[in-house]
Amino acid sequence: MRKALRLPRGWDQQLIFLGPCLVFFLTIVVMPFILGFYYSSTDWNGLDLDKAVWTGSANWMRIFTNDDKFWESLSFTLRFTAVSVVAANVLALLLAFILMTALKTKKLLRTIFFMPNVIGGILLGYIWQFIFTKGFATIGELTGIHFFQLPWLGTPGTGFWGLVIVFVWQTAGYMMVIYIAALAGIPKDLVEAAQIDGARAPQLFKSVYLPLIMPAITICLFLTTSNAFKMFDLNLSLTKGGPGTSTQSLAYNIYAEALINNRYGLGTAKALLFFFAVSLITITQVWLTKRKEVSA
Amino acid sequence: MMNSSRYRSRTFILEIAAILLALVFLSPFYLVLTNSVKSLKEILVDAASFPQVFLWENYSKVWKAIDFPQAFWSSLQITVLSVIFIVLFSSMAAYRIARKPTRFNSFVFMLLISAMIIPFQSLMLQLVRVTSILELRGELYGIVACYLGFGMPLSVFLFHGFIKTVPFELEEAARVDGSNPYGVFFRIVFPLLLPIVVTVIILNTLWIWNDYLLPVLVIGGNKDLTTLPVAVTKFFGQYTKKWDLALPGLVLAVTPILLFFLTLQKYIVEGVTAGSIKG
Repeated sequence: MRKALRLPRGWDQQLIFLGPCLVFFLTIVVMPFILGFYYSSTDWNGLDLDKAVWTGSANWMRIFTNDDKFWESLSFTLRFTAVSVVAANVLALLLAFILMTALKTKKLLRTIFFMPNVIGGILLGYIWQFIFTKGFATIGELTGIHFFQLPWLGTPGTGFWGLVIVFVWQTAGYMMVIYIAALAGIPKDLVEAAQIDGARAPQLFKSVYLPLIMPAITICLFLTTSNAFKMFDLNLSLTKGGPGTSTQSLAYNIYAEALINNRYGLGTAKALLFFFAVSLITITQVWLTKRKEVSA
Repeated sequence: MMNSSRYRSRTFILEIAAILLALVFLSPFYLVLTNSVKSLKEILVDAASFPQVFLWENYSKVWKAIDFPQAFWSSLQITVLSVIFIVLFSSMAAYRIARKPTRFNSFVFMLLISAMIIPFQSLMLQLVRVTSILELRGELYGIVACYLGFGMPLSVFLFHGFIKTVPFELEEAARVDGSNPYGVFFRIVFPLLLPIVVTVIILNTLWIWNDYLLPVLVIGGNKDLTTLPVAVTKFFGQYTKKWDLALPGLVLAVTPILLFFLTLQKYIVEGVTAGSIKG
């Protein structure tokens, strides 16, 4: 007897194993992504989509010719990313090296340095809002140290560094864990051989450790770069982009455009540009560091 | 002899330096904790000193103001449900992709991996639209569905990498013994995935519990589903800073996830390491 409909073998398994994952991924991620290409060319105001009028390249023209704030926030985001990625990874690597030595409090210290990461963006930002506005001010009064008396979060410059400090404080412990794992994987005899050959600490670091932990560096740079570039929670809870719009990250600019100015169409266009920028930056970074990877 | 004593004193100095650095790292928590039991007046006058009187009622006030039991319960429900389904669906999908790498399945895998680059802001406005059309907004299943979508790519990737290391012979043996494909997966393969299941649970729990923007957009006005991070934001208006309420609020919001971390820290650190090396 012939079956009326012939389905490929194992179609039921394909459906049951892959189906649920695909349904949610397609609805929540792929569909909005594709819709973005359409909405970015409309004047959608977020409320009634039926009235969203196709405006062609108007949003794009506006971004490229008449939207200084967007480019200011891009420049802010690039500066913030560059500074905090370097700072977070240098600190993380330093912590990893310190905590690789035979300290008695090693385990406790690892826990402490990792802790800020567990708490996460918005709450950490609020904690630091208190530290910057009240804690630092009081310490400044008591000690007279200029650093603590600065108007933290009050000026564009200090606001920038305030965000960097919190980002580094939050991220360094996470990256430290990855670096520790990489350092622990380096064969001991390789280090000993270099030491017998007379390599001193700086040389040992440059010629033995660094090349061997390059895969970890690739990962950590990728994670910190994409996180710093996409910074939103900290921005919202620490400075709200202020004073003015001087510390507005790209992610926050998009949020403000849509949810405060009710320009969803324009926001979507910016979000699409944002996606291209994130892809370009992270792919370039991974490509650059990948080339430096060696195997032991 | 000389060498070893020099080594020891160097280690000691390093240890002291590391401990000092750790204290600096912890100082924000200290300031938040001590000020959370002060009166607003005392906070404004002197935020650095130890509290003169402990105003524990700050905590009971905040407990009521943010309706802590409700906020905790909705955070817990959302996180637990999302994580369970992420583990289930992404392990199943990864298994199928790893064992049957047809052209279609490999394409799906590539699609999932590339989606990891997409920043949330690039999707959020259209997602608001999609979730209202599908009537997911303001509903528990709605926000869980969103976390499933966003959690899937990394989780499938982690499972996929791990499943490739699981020997195929075990499955064949089970199949010969007459087990059907679903039995093979749930009875034989899934238990072997435990290490990576733990990693997937931990990585997803941390970000879902702490997430702010997605609940704001998708849960919106439904007060019964307000999560902890969202509940605490109400103390941080533009002009008023009621630190005597805001600080206990922060402590209450931070405590559950901190306890989660401290009890499971060994697994969390391992999970983070496994997650990043694969990712």
